[in-house]
Amino acid sequence: MISGILALMIAVLTFIALFAHMVLDGAPRLTWDFFTSFPSRRAESAGILSAWVGTTLVMLVTAFSAVPLGVAAGVYLEEYAPKNWLTEIIEINVTNLAGVPSIIYGLLALGMFVYQLGFGQSILAAGLALALLILPVVIVATREAIRSIPVAIREGAYALGATKWQTVSDHLLPYSSAGILTGIIIGLARAIGETAPIITIGALTFIAFLPPSPIESEFPFVSFEWLSAPFTVMPIQMFNWVSRPEEAFQLNAAAAGLVLVVMTLAMNGLAIYLRYRMRKNIKW
Amino acid sequence: MQTNQEKTMDVMQYKSEVKNLNFYYGQFNALKNINMVLHDKKITALIGPSGCGKSTFLRCFNRMHDLYPGNNYQGEIILHPDDVNILAPNVDPIEVRMRISMVFQKPNPFPKSIYENVAYGLRVRGIKQRAILDERVEEALRNSALWEEVKDRQHDLAFNLSGGQQQRLCIARALATDPEILLFDEPTSALDPIATASIEELITDLKSKVTILIVTHNMQQAARVSDYTAYMYLGELIEFNVTDTIFIKPKNKQTEDYITGRFG
Repeated sequence: MISGILALMIAVLTFIALFAHMVLDGAPRLTWDFFTSFPSRRAESAGILSAWVGTTLVMLVTAFSAVPLGVAAGVYLEEYAPKNWLTEIIEINVTNLAGVPSIIYGLLALGMFVYQLGFGQSILAAGLALALLILPVVIVATREAIRSIPVAIREGAYALGATKWQTVSDHLLPYSSAGILTGIIIGLARAIGETAPIITIGALTFIAFLPPSPIESEFPFVSFEWLSAPFTVMPIQMFNWVSRPEEAFQLNAAAAGLVLVVMTLAMNGLAIYLRYRMRKNIKW
Repeated sequence: MQTNQEKTMDVMQYKSEVKNLNFYYGQFNALKNINMVLHDKKITALIGPSGCGKSTFLRCFNRMHDLYPGNNYQGEIILHPDDVNILAPNVDPIEVRMRISMVFQKPNPFPKSIYENVAYGLRVRGIKQRAILDERVEEALRNSALWEEVKDRQHDLAFNLSGGQQQRLCIARALATDPEILLFDEPTSALDPIATASIEELITDLKSKVTILIVTHNMQQAARVSDYTAYMYLGELIEFNVTDTIFIKPKNKQTEDYITGRFG
């Protein structure tokens, strides 16, 4: 009991110490200019504009590819797949994929997306790499959420003459959306801090321009050119600054780290809040 | 000796005929050669000790066993007036469930509003016009004696109702689609005595509209509500007759032992 609390305290205190150190170092750098400036050779005028824009766009690609694919795969495995050895192999694989080191996903993405499919060292390739990384998380969360719906609800829908698809779309998906959403956000929170696969596919470490805007003033108003643009992301920007010898860049790295930690914590907080909000009306 | 016309009259009084029904969970023969009838607009009760197959039998009527792999029906359940064998492989279970509704053991309302719960069966059947939905929902709620209690809060969550009200909501949900047979699987086993009494009263009232098959572990309940009673034991139909006969002078020794509480 005492040793358990002690072990817990060591973990918590370590985190608090690291976080406090980062806040003390980084907080003074967190000005408006820090968010709106490109990286620079002069530490005091360097900012994270290209990094946070890159992170946002990469996350967008990740979410838009991993969510439909992961939810569909989860629904298929839970509701449609026949119970045979093939399904079982797929299930075991999905669970194991969650434990594969992220750099392996980076290598896969480098070979497949960057070279084979010719996406280049782009936002699209990075987003898809991270999508693969969080796919198991989304699939497992979807399955768990669907499985937690009582059999009586499922049978109730079928007994009224609903088809399988009607049962899935009118009942199972809506009632499991809180759990699925939580899984998606936890997955994205993991992806946002990933560095290894992004380095592997060749993100730039110093970039002083933004990708083309997704919204245009002329018809058709949306553009997908940004998908093939070179980019950087928050953890890589941090990595770049940390490897500089000057003290001032270390402070920049601490500030960027602070932003990243706050983003991650905010996403986890949002997941908890949404779960609470959406579960409030469901009692079983 | 019956004339042909008289035979036809007899058959017309049946809503459904069960012929040589066998049911298998994988290798296990859960229902053994059952022959029985459901009289039109009457209440038939299935009684028997736990595990005797009454729920399994009930769930054959709406092909609920089709939801799980490895289950297998043999024999026929004929549904009148169109004489269709609802167990035939070429009959879509969804078509069967469109005609035969079910109320479960524990109230299982969807986590939606009261209105949407009742309207769901209609929506599944493609009814979208608000006026028709409103009308049918009201009618179903009236028929399940719930209208007066919920008419001002139809858009509240169904979970906010009491257990007995939730079960009546489930009955309304099953009634909204005008089923030909209504199946009840121990509908009061999760309810208190007062709610049980109101559900029993409701079931008796519904007899004028729909044929009812009810599984109950409560013999008094079977005696109170049903017109016909079937006693089952270990997957076999031991005795089937008018309820009064079953309870007053059963022909079979096993039935008598069960009814009098010497067994089960």
